Amino acid sequence: MAAFGIATGGGNWFSALALGVTLLKCLLIPTYHSTDFEVHRNWLAITHSLPISQWYYEATSEWTLDYPPFFAWFEYALSHVAKYFDHEMLNVRNLNYSSPRTLLFQRFSVIFTDALFVYAVHECCKCIDGKKAGKELTEKPKFILSVLLLWNFGLLIVDHIHFQYNGFLSGLMLLSIARFFQKRHMEGAFLFAVLLHFKHIYLYVAPAYGVYLLRSYCFTANKPDGSIRWNSFSFVRLISLGLIVFLVSAVSLGPFLALNQLPQVFSRLFPFKRGLCHAYWAPNFWALYSALDKVLSVIGLELKLLDPNKIPKASMTSGLVQQFQHTVLPSVTPLATFICTLIAVLPSVFCVWFKPQGPRGFLRCLILCALSSFMFGWHVHEKAILLAVLPMSLLSVGKAVDASIFLILTTTGHYSLFPLLFTAPELPIKILLMLLFTIYSISSLKTLFRKEKPLFNWMETFYLLGLGPLEVFCEFVFPFTSWNLKYPFIPLLLTSVYCAVGITYAWFKLYVSVLTDPPVGKTKKQ
Amino acid sequence: MEKWYLMTAAVLLGLTVRWTVSLNSYSGAGKPPMFGDYEAQRHWQEITFNLPIKQWYFNSSDNNLQYWGLDYPPLTAYHSFLCAYVAKFINPDWIALHTSRGYESQAHKLFMRATVLIADLLIYIPAVVLYCCCLKEISTKKKIASALCILLYPGLILIDYGHFHLGFALWGVLGVSYDWDLLGSLAFCLAVNYKQMELYHSLPFFCFLLGKCFKKGLKGKGLVLLIKLTGTVVASFVLCWLPFFTEREQTLQVLRRLFPVDRGLFEDKVANIWCSFSVFLKIRDILPHHIQIMISFCFTFLSLLPACIKLTLHPSPKGFRFTLVSCALSFFLFSFQVHEKSILLVSLPVCLVLSEIPFMSTWFLLVSTFSMLPLLLKDELLMPSVVTVMAFFIACATSFSIFEKTSEEELQLKCFSTSVRKYFTCFTFLPKIIQHLFLMSVIAMILLTMMTVTLDPPQKLPDLFSVLVCFVSCLHFLFFLVYFNIIIMWDSKNGRSQKKIN
Repeated sequence: MAAFGIATGGGNWFSALALGVTLLKCLLIPTYHSTDFEVHRNWLAITHSLPISQWYYEATSEWTLDYPPFFAWFEYALSHVAKYFDHEMLNVRNLNYSSPRTLLFQRFSVIFTDALFVYAVHECCKCIDGKKAGKELTEKPKFILSVLLLWNFGLLIVDHIHFQYNGFLSGLMLLSIARFFQKRHMEGAFLFAVLLHFKHIYLYVAPAYGVYLLRSYCFTANKPDGSIRWNSFSFVRLISLGLIVFLVSAVSLGPFLALNQLPQVFSRLFPFKRGLCHAYWAPNFWALYSALDKVLSVIGLELKLLDPNKIPKASMTSGLVQQFQHTVLPSVTPLATFICTLIAVLPSVFCVWFKPQGPRGFLRCLILCALSSFMFGWHVHEKAILLAVLPMSLLSVGKAVDASIFLILTTTGHYSLFPLLFTAPELPIKILLMLLFTIYSISSLKTLFRKEKPLFNWMETFYLLGLGPLEVFCEFVFPFTSWNLKYPFIPLLLTSVYCAVGITYAWFKLYVSVLTDPPVGKTKKQ
Repeated sequence: MEKWYLMTAAVLLGLTVRWTVSLNSYSGAGKPPMFGDYEAQRHWQEITFNLPIKQWYFNSSDNNLQYWGLDYPPLTAYHSFLCAYVAKFINPDWIALHTSRGYESQAHKLFMRATVLIADLLIYIPAVVLYCCCLKEISTKKKIASALCILLYPGLILIDYGHFHLGFALWGVLGVSYDWDLLGSLAFCLAVNYKQMELYHSLPFFCFLLGKCFKKGLKGKGLVLLIKLTGTVVASFVLCWLPFFTEREQTLQVLRRLFPVDRGLFEDKVANIWCSFSVFLKIRDILPHHIQIMISFCFTFLSLLPACIKLTLHPSPKGFRFTLVSCALSFFLFSFQVHEKSILLVSLPVCLVLSEIPFMSTWFLLVSTFSMLPLLLKDELLMPSVVTVMAFFIACATSFSIFEKTSEEELQLKCFSTSVRKYFTCFTFLPKIIQHLFLMSVIAMILLTMMTVTLDPPQKLPDLFSVLVCFVSCLHFLFFLVYFNIIIMWDSKNGRSQKKIN
């Protein structure tokens, strides 16, 4: 009886939170799922029924395998459980197959793999020491942090409604960050290398990992003023790091190298034929750019400065991924976005090199890398904002400035995920969950930092409150107006432009706070 | 309240869970010709919208009473009428006379679910929140915790939320226990006019208010209060029944529809005495109809008499809440024509005492949900039931740490065992027994659930598992009836001794 009590109650709040959210995930099983569901079913089928040599060539379905090999192996492992649920889902030709058992299996596979995420959050909570606050449980930074991570709105709707496996991938990333905080660098590096071979989108944050490990792990000591001491370089550490990365890559890519398929694999992983923006504009710099272009072209047409016949017809919002021409402003090429991203990332990386501040500095750099590539990357998904939101949660319980940036970033970032769920039964769920997470995060962080100056100035408050009317307009007013048929893209456009403003602002503010941070010496000694 | 945001989070969580459960299937989905409760609700909208008010309760060519005829009091009918107007605005096919029978579509399901959610949002949830905020002598944290647990109570969520009449009753409790007697009695009258089953709660209300009047002295203030209360009750009833008072036949017909005494002692499998007892002896077939009624009436009356007398003599908010529980439980166990969903009427007052006796209340609420298992399985709600029950259990276990609260003191059995100890000095093992009983009952419930889901019953006894479920639940309910009555009877001494301790 007593053991039973300790296991379930007894102040063990962490397991209660984790179990609670798991149960909520179970309740979300019958909700709408996107084409990603079919994507993953198809991958299960491919990896289960075809030899390795066919994995990256198979193209019966339009959803070809375009994740790195570890993910393919992951699907392979899952498929061996899947066959006990419903063998039909493992047939490559069974397109759009979704029997109730298939649904149950796929949903549960996400819920179960989230165990890794829960473990990672547990580790993070152990090593993050936030601001000391009240004695009450609900005011402790650890409690707040675990709610912010475990109950993250974005993860819930992207993984458990829309359907993807971001939970355990983010878990891997958080775990590697936690290992850095625990000074287990080799393990962290190993985890990140594995993660890269699960999903290559994490290449965005690779510069932060590379430079941090080189600067703070391979160089074992600093001069008193914090600058680099060249003679402290440890070759052993560098070589062991290199070995780890090499071995992981060898395990992952080796078989395909042996089959002489590497070019095919890479052409699948990096499809540059897709358009600048995803079907729905991710709220980044290019959304602002394209919106400006649209506005200018409309003005140009009104003032007769442009010739209507010369305007390309392809509309960005027609819903298909396609090449796109800007009308007034110069069109953007992949190379241009690449250069922009590089320029945006560089200062943060320099910061890690010249002003090393331990794991916390690394975390900031990682977030900046993720955000910068979100801002300027080619064909960015709106879901990629989670890459920045989750690590940012770790920072938010530490300092008031970070908390305020986190809240702006998270709220706008999460709101920009709304168009992912467009079906009526899910409308209340997304609004309720969003309100739940936003109200909780804002109020709890406000309580945590109540002795410092307010988290938001009037402009930020106004901006965040504006999301409410925007939602009302987009989902409740606009569909009943006569414009709905003529300009069906207006809600999407408004959403992405409005959110782009907030995210750009958060990115800018974070950059400023990182660059103007007090120099190394002071923080190092503390 | 500085922690209002946690309360908001609790409410939002309750709403989210409600909506996600509503995405599952409903009673009678795709099962012609009768469908289920869902169709009943839709049919009432059709009837009330298309027929004049005089024909609502009468059998006619347009209103076949055999097919989900209206058998709820006027307020329900008015509510259906209101919903029908909205339905007409969205899609007139949903409520077209005759042709809309058995209408099912995704959009319509969404509409029906939304009506329930909105009703919940307007009446039930504010009442719960206000009730928890007004709880005396406990910390803010505990208030929020009890609000969360009440809102997560799975029985209510799972039974299609057509049951927001409970909301009215809650308002009634709230009003009465905080000295807003008139508001309370008004709300309670509305509740009774929403669903006649609410009469289960009427005796405690009556006794409590009467007791209050006596206390103030029947010659002075008490009389004024009594007159005011009577006025309120009569006025609210007249208001609700106004359209039916025009002819005597109208009123009688409505009453006949509300209390269908000719239906039999019990229906389906109910976890009450009569159903469980009929495993051994088929009372329903042996005894004539009117004797059945008499017997059930006597049993009910006898079982609730002590608690009611006690309440009239010593009216107190706490005693009132416990009497609500025990009276509703007696009605459920012994009265005539009980439905398995009626257990919700007992669960609601139990929710109200959740913060006072967390261990026993949680146990009771788990059993009450379990007792509806056959019904839930019929509606294919196994998955959401298991999930919400677990969520509820975790919420209660963490927020009240119920397993540490099993001492005599916390079970409110201190006085009882002290007085028993006068005769049997070795009577100290009660908490231990209760703990073991809890463990056994949880194991039994889990085993039975698993057996019902996985095994096929033997051919000779097709109802084996559902009868077992009823029987086990009935035993539990009897135990709880005894327990609650003990608390009520030993209450005043308890109150005094607690004051001394404090």
